[in-house]
Amino acid sequence: MTTARITLTINGTATTLDVPVRMTLADALREKARLTGTHVACEHGVCGACTVLVDGLAVRSCLMLAVQADGAAVTTVEGLARDGALSPLQAAFRDHHALQCGFCTPGILTTMHALLTAEPDADEARIRDVLSGNLCRCTGYLPIVEAVLAARDAYRAPDGGPEAAR
Amino acid sequence: MKPPPFDYACPTSLAEAIDLIARHDGDAKPIAGGQSLMPMLAFRLAAPTLLVDLRRVPGLDGITVDDDGVMLGARVRWCDIEADARLAAACPLLAAAIPHVAHYQIRNRGTVGGSLAHADPAAELPAVALACAAEIVAQGPEGRRTIAADDFLVGPLTTALEPTELIVAVRFPPWPAGRHHGFAEFSRRKGDFAIVGVALFFDDADGAIAGATVVAFGIGDRPQRLAAAEEVLNGAAPSAELFARAAAAAADSVEPQTDIHADGDYRRALLATLLERTLAQSAGLASAS
Repeated sequence: MTTARITLTINGTATTLDVPVRMTLADALREKARLTGTHVACEHGVCGACTVLVDGLAVRSCLMLAVQADGAAVTTVEGLARDGALSPLQAAFRDHHALQCGFCTPGILTTMHALLTAEPDADEARIRDVLSGNLCRCTGYLPIVEAVLAARDAYRAPDGGPEAAR
Repeated sequence: MKPPPFDYACPTSLAEAIDLIARHDGDAKPIAGGQSLMPMLAFRLAAPTLLVDLRRVPGLDGITVDDDGVMLGARVRWCDIEADARLAAACPLLAAAIPHVAHYQIRNRGTVGGSLAHADPAAELPAVALACAAEIVAQGPEGRRTIAADDFLVGPLTTALEPTELIVAVRFPPWPAGRHHGFAEFSRRKGDFAIVGVALFFDDADGAIAGATVVAFGIGDRPQRLAAAEEVLNGAAPSAELFARAAAAAADSVEPQTDIHADGDYRRALLATLLERTLAQSAGLASAS
């Protein structure tokens, strides 16, 4: 087959998409689901801009075929905010000036959301290690690290943190 | 869309997957995590007529630890290895190498079978497999066979796999108690492929080094054992002076390639430095930086 009908959950909503089998998940999210928050830059797994969560794990959506996400639960950057309000991580990025042009930001937010959900006590060294998979060419990494450190409290909350709502 | 056109199949058994690949005369490619194949497709360095997705094939994602060593199913991901607390004792060299594999997001999808089949000369797992004398279990239309890592790794992006064979598992021999090990690599940015890397271990025989195994990667067509260094080490007591001599012997014994990332002389010097430091750390001596 060269096209496929896939059913997946995107940001909590069951979605059916008809996709060419060679279409990446990144392109399907942008062009078929019209969720253009997922950014596409290098398209070969180097920059991290297209990172989304697939079944809770941060992955590069340019290195995955859309058809491979059939049956999966996908969270994009659009899925982080709730009821029109920034998530604690997003708010920390605003407060710490952790984005300038913003192109790399969706991939960094999704990566760090996945990290803090799994490891709410991640220390600065761990955050920097994981952040190495995302390239930022203008903001500089210092305010990004500061924002992620500041957001950790929200993920340690007794109710399970922001992920409890996912 | 960047990838070239191809057909796609998602079989639910190993036999079905092998049959699909066999019927395409070597023009079909298996895909699991896709962390090596997807970039190849994006660059159109690979143009298979059929992709056979292994994600629904049962029995490929297990990690077994027993008296025979460690068995990793082909679809075991780097993050699965990182999460398995048994492996730090059962195969410490493997456990030490995995954090160096690419980036967090890639470790969430990349698989051991994919890395071995891709056989990048600068990749971590082929080097660890060579050092540990791991065996690759492959299955094709003719049945199952076991291939020693040294025979499996033929050259850059080239393995002993037949076009119709699939990797189903990789087996690491038991790890003796008290064995020392070390793993290090150097790259300009965290997560990049190594410009040079080393993976090594040795045993302690009454204060002398025995069974020294030293592998370098990123310096040639495939990871390679450094017999010159091993000869210096075996039978001698660990010391900073010994490790410096072993490192020098290793550097003299290789002809690293020159490419866009580094020239051969730089790689040779880097190998000596990395090897000396890693030997010192693995022996519990202060790093000879």
